[in-house]
Order: sequence, then structure tokens, then C-alpha cells
Amino acid sequence: MLENKKHFVCDNNKEELTLGTLHFQEANELIRQKLAKCSSLILRNVFAQRYIGCAMPMGKSIYVFGTPGNDMAAYMDGGSIEVFGNAQDQIGNTMNDGVVVIHGRCGDAAGYAMRGGTIFIRDDCGWRVGINMKQYQDKCPTIVIGGNAGNFLGEYMAGGIILLLGKAGSYLATGMHGGVIYLRKNIDLSGITDDLSICPLDDSDETKITGLLNSYSENFGDELDKFTLPDIEEFVKIIPKSARPYANMYAN
Amino acid sequence: MLDHSLPKYRVYRDLEECSNCGVCIHSCSNGVHYKSADGVAIKADHKKCVNCLRCVVMCPENALAITEWPQVGVGSSNWTLGYMQDIAKQAQTGAVLLSSMGTPNSYPVYWDHLLLNASQVTNPSIDPLREPMETRVFLGSRPNMLKINERQRKVVSKMPPQLKMNVPVMFSAMSFGSVSLNTQKALAMAARELGTFFNSGEGGLHRDLEDYSDNTIVQVASGRFGVDPHYLNNAAAIEIKIGQGAKPGIGGHLPGEKVTAEVSGTRMIPQGSDAISPAPHHDIYSIEDLRQLIFSLKEATLYKKPVLVKIAAVHNAAAIASGMARAGADIIVIDGFRGGTGAAPKRIRDNVGIPIELALAAVDQRLRDESIRSTVSLVVSGSIRSSADIVRAIALGADAVSIGSAALIAVGCHQCGDCYRGRCNWGIATQDPNLTRRLHPESAAKRIVNLVRGWNKEIEEMMGGMGINSIDSLRGNRYMLRGVGLNKKELEILGVKHAGE
Repeated sequence: MLENKKHFVCDNNKEELTLGTLHFQEANELIRQKLAKCSSLILRNVFAQRYIGCAMPMGKSIYVFGTPGNDMAAYMDGGSIEVFGNAQDQIGNTMNDGVVVIHGRCGDAAGYAMRGGTIFIRDDCGWRVGINMKQYQDKCPTIVIGGNAGNFLGEYMAGGIILLLGKAGSYLATGMHGGVIYLRKNIDLSGITDDLSICPLDDSDETKITGLLNSYSENFGDELDKFTLPDIEEFVKIIPKSARPYANMYAN
Repeated sequence: MLDHSLPKYRVYRDLEECSNCGVCIHSCSNGVHYKSADGVAIKADHKKCVNCLRCVVMCPENALAITEWPQVGVGSSNWTLGYMQDIAKQAQTGAVLLSSMGTPNSYPVYWDHLLLNASQVTNPSIDPLREPMETRVFLGSRPNMLKINERQRKVVSKMPPQLKMNVPVMFSAMSFGSVSLNTQKALAMAARELGTFFNSGEGGLHRDLEDYSDNTIVQVASGRFGVDPHYLNNAAAIEIKIGQGAKPGIGGHLPGEKVTAEVSGTRMIPQGSDAISPAPHHDIYSIEDLRQLIFSLKEATLYKKPVLVKIAAVHNAAAIASGMARAGADIIVIDGFRGGTGAAPKRIRDNVGIPIELALAAVDQRLRDESIRSTVSLVVSGSIRSSADIVRAIALGADAVSIGSAALIAVGCHQCGDCYRGRCNWGIATQDPNLTRRLHPESAAKRIVNLVRGWNKEIEEMMGGMGINSIDSLRGNRYMLRGVGLNKKELEILGVKHAGE
């Protein structure tokens, strides 16, 4: 799989590290030491070490074989991480910029309070993914989920984009007051709150979705059985009616 | 709909003294004072007055005073005018009542029931005017054992990061958004001058404050506003805000109208949108999860900065603090229920939480009982009103205290409790440029420095009187306290004897 990655193959400045059962503090210290001298790092035998790629800056890449632990790519600041397997909880926690690609599923609260960058998840994701995600100026955090999402997807979402190719769980986008969620028309949306609008796509939505679908296909197309790009006509979007959901909640 | 609410205050104008100069009109952002139709006399719209005292202080003739609205209640001590007015407001709006600053309700203030000791004859008192007194405090986790190379006079053990404070006082978290940038600048300048710390609050860090990074504690709350690697590394320490004394258990909403261009840039959210901090951190559902967040911050800052965790003083504070210490917090901050706020639902502020004195005594005792007191430092707040409160807090077991309301009062706050409206006439709790410029950072910083220096001298005098010459010998020294007017249970929780014992 790694051999298909153009960026990786062209990079002459790469190293490898086997984590095994190293404690996360030692593992991350080693990772930082290596990345100080190289731009791409392959991690093998990863056994749930937390915080891999924490605050990692632009120009650095990590390729993970095994299962990375919670809070992978937390506060990440422009680096890229590709996981050849499943990821655990809270990947991309408060991530500022960069790219995370998961060739598998991920756990709960991925992209919590994420402000920028993109997370591609090939399969399903857990609960509360994209919670409190926010956007600012040119930063627009984006999460693409190839499978089904757990409950509370996009809760308190304040900005950014979620593209969901599978089914959504309950309590979708509760408290959402910014950003957009793209999902399939055939999903039952009768349970969403009155604060949200379900709208057809406009041209800019179609451009965004097409771009994300193409990236998804580039990342995962060859490893999925009979993957075909879904038709753009199959999607709708959910947006909040107001950026001020609690404007009338308090008496002054 | 007929508005049933009454004015709270009445503006008293001494017409003999008033020169109709109009300073009061310009002073008031609430539009209380206005010229009458004849264009000469100045009248007052009493209902708009919040009793911030700006006009009273500014009036060159001393012609103004604010009095209570003279309406009597109906004589019921159950259906007070206050409760009836609250019902009227909610019947009209169907909304949650909002409030600011600390609760005004008359719950017991235990500080006022604790008296300090002084030496007489034996263990004589120390004169701080001619003897050195140590008020410096180090905050952070201490290792269980300290290995020292005596020959080289060097500490061999690896010390966790420490915060050095020249005075046992730091400034509580107040975000840009809840207070003006000038207020934050004043706190930052004062912190640098005093050798202590100010706290950014959860609203990010304005670029103008980045120069003060050695005296800055940045806060990470559930909304994660403005949090990125640059922010985390631009501080001496990082505080995880779990709770606040004025509003335990709930999150925060900065209303969209306060999210101006500057606030938006610092919080890194769009202008005009509500800034919502959810009630819980959505990555913390247990002590183990708290540990995960603490270590994610340590990883992001290469273990160079202490991590503080702040909770509101609630019923189980002692057990929670034990969990926090074990979760890897370097410093535990406990905020009592009398602590202030820029905005909190009134019912929460006035009914939820416990007094800081009892929480502090219980937490310190619990950590001692479990032999983990030295693995954390303890900072308390909410509310500290004088140097004597600081001495009491340290004797009850705190390493240092944090002041918010007192620092604001030093720069002009008159506790009118109207912060949430964003029209603070003193330029503190507002983003209106016409009001924020009323607070000059330099002179405000000077006032805060004066206050803390004055307090520090008083602390030295009180310690000297006890025959103690360093804060370290006062910490947890409950023999220096005696209770008055307290029952057995209260004395037991506070761990102090009654006066006379």
C-alpha cells in the first residue's frame, strides 16, 4: 500500500521506527528525534501508543502500521499521518492543520474542536465525531467518513465540512450552529432538530463534494471491493438556521 | 405586554450642587442621565441605572448618589421583592435569568469566622521591617524524593517544571471577550511587575499579549477557542478549565454580539457567531480521560510546562482532587461558589457549589491522608477579599491564591453585576471602544501592583506576628487559625480548634 504513495516514494529523507510495547512518552520522544532529521517516518508494530503526531508541524509525515492510540494528531499543525489499520478515539483532537488518512475505522470524538486540515476515514466512525468543530478565515476543517457514523455526529458543530457516505446515527448535529454536513438523500432525517435546515446542493457544494470524493477514491479506491464514486445527485446538505442558537435563551 | 419590573435604583441628584455640566450624561453607557425638554435641567431614567457608580465618581460637584428604589416589599420574608421581580421577568421573556459577578446571597463566609494567631512572649514575633520574610512560592509537582549531590551542591533528581511566584497571589482566568483587552493588558503588566501570572481565560491569547508569555497561563476549556501549538507554547503554564465556582457543571456561551472582529481573531471563530463552550469537555468522561488530556498538553509542550486543572468547589471536591492529582495535574485550582463571572445563569450562580474554605480544608486533608499532597500544588479562589483571607487560605492548606474580582475592583469595578450586558462603564467587561478606552492599561496595572504589594506587606506583618518568616511554614499550619461562632462539624471539616481552646 505504501508503495503506491507517490509522496512517500519520492521522499529520499525517510526513516523507520518499530514501537512495539514502548511507553508513549518514550515512543513520542523517539518519533520527535527521528522527525527532527527526516521528513517521513514509518512506524511499525504500533501498539496503541497515544499522541502520535501530537502538534506535528508542516512538512512532516508519519505512516503507521498497527493501531495508534487515542489522541493521534492532537493539536497537529500541518503534518500528515496515514494509518494502515484502524485508529482509536479522538484522532485530530483540536487539530489546527494537516491531513489524517485512516485505512480502516476510527473511534469516538474524532476531530473534536478541530480548526483546520482534513481527516479521511475509509470505514465507520464512532460517536460524537466532528463535535465542536469550528472554522476560521481560510481554515475549514473537513472530515470524510466512508462508512457509517455513530450517534451525535457534528454535535455543537460551529464550522467546517463533514461528508458522510454511509448512514448517520441518532442525535445528528444537535446544537450545530455553523458549517455543513453532506449526506445521502436516502438517510432518514426526520429526527433532526428544528434548528437545522435540509437543503439541496448548490454549485459550490458540488465542487467541494466532488473534490473530496476524488480524494477519498485516490486514498481508498483500490482497496475497496467494487468502489465506484457515488453520484453527486444522491447528496443533500444540513446547515444550521442560525449562528446564534442561544440568542433568545437568556433574559438580560 | 405590560412590563411589571420595577427600577432597582434611584438616582439622587442634589439640585443645589448640580451645575448641569453634563459629565454624568457622557459617563453613562446605559443612558440614565438626559437633558430635559427645556435643554437645561438633567433628569434620570432610574430604571436603566445599574449602580455602577461611574457617574457618582465622575461628578465634579459631588451632586450624585444612587439609592435603593424606595418601594417597600409586602412584608413577606418569603415572597421578597427580589423573587417576585425575577418571576415577572421570566413571565415576560420565558428565558433563563442571567447574572454576573459572585453571588450576593448571604451564605456564610467562613473566612470571617477564622481568626489568626500571634506570638506573645514565647516564640517571639518577627519584625518584617528588619528581618527577611519569604513570600516566594513555587507551584508544581514535587518528586517523592530529592537526590542531591552534596559535593557539587546540585539537585540530581529530575524536577518537574515549576512556576515561581514572588507573591502568593496570581490572577484568575478572565477571557478576552468577557473582559476588554485593556483589562487583560493591565493584568499582564501587573503580573510581570509583581513576578506572578495572569490567566488568558478560554478565549485565546491576543497577539498584543504574546510578549508577556513568561507571566501567562493559557487556558484550555471545552470550546478549545484559540488553542493551537503556538498558543500552548506561548505561556509559562497551561490550565485545563473543568469548572468555575460561579457556574459549576455548566458551560459558557459568549453571545454573538460580543464576538467582535478582535475577539473573533483571538478565539479563531467567525465574527458574530455564538462562542459555545459545552458543559463537559467532550474528551473527558473520567479521571482516566482527564489524564489523557493532561498528557496530550504535556506532549504538545515537551513536558516543559506545568499543567493546572481548575474545578469548581462542589460536594465531592476532595475525591475529585485526589483523582486530579493521580491524573497527573501539577497544580489543582479550586474555585469557590462565591467566585465571580462575566455571565452565569442566576440560579446556578446562587445555588450551586460550596464555599471555598470548606472545599480547601477537605481537599488538603484528603490529599494528606492519601500521602499525595506533595505531588500537586493547590491554588484557591472565589473569593479572596483581603490579605487576611490569603493568610487564612494558606494556613488551611493552599499554596497560593488567585484573585479575579479583587483585581477588577482595583481598576474600577464596583460590583454592579451587569457585566453580561457588555456596557461596563468602567471599560472592564465590554468591547465597546468608547468604553474600553476609559481603562488605561498602564495606570490600571499600577493600581493592581499597588494592591498586591500592599497585601504582601500585610501578609509579611501577619506572618511575622505569628513568628513565621516564610510562606512555606504557614502552609497547612492550621494551629495558626481558631474558629469563632462555628459548630463542631464546621470546625472538624476546617480542621481548626475553636477560639479559647
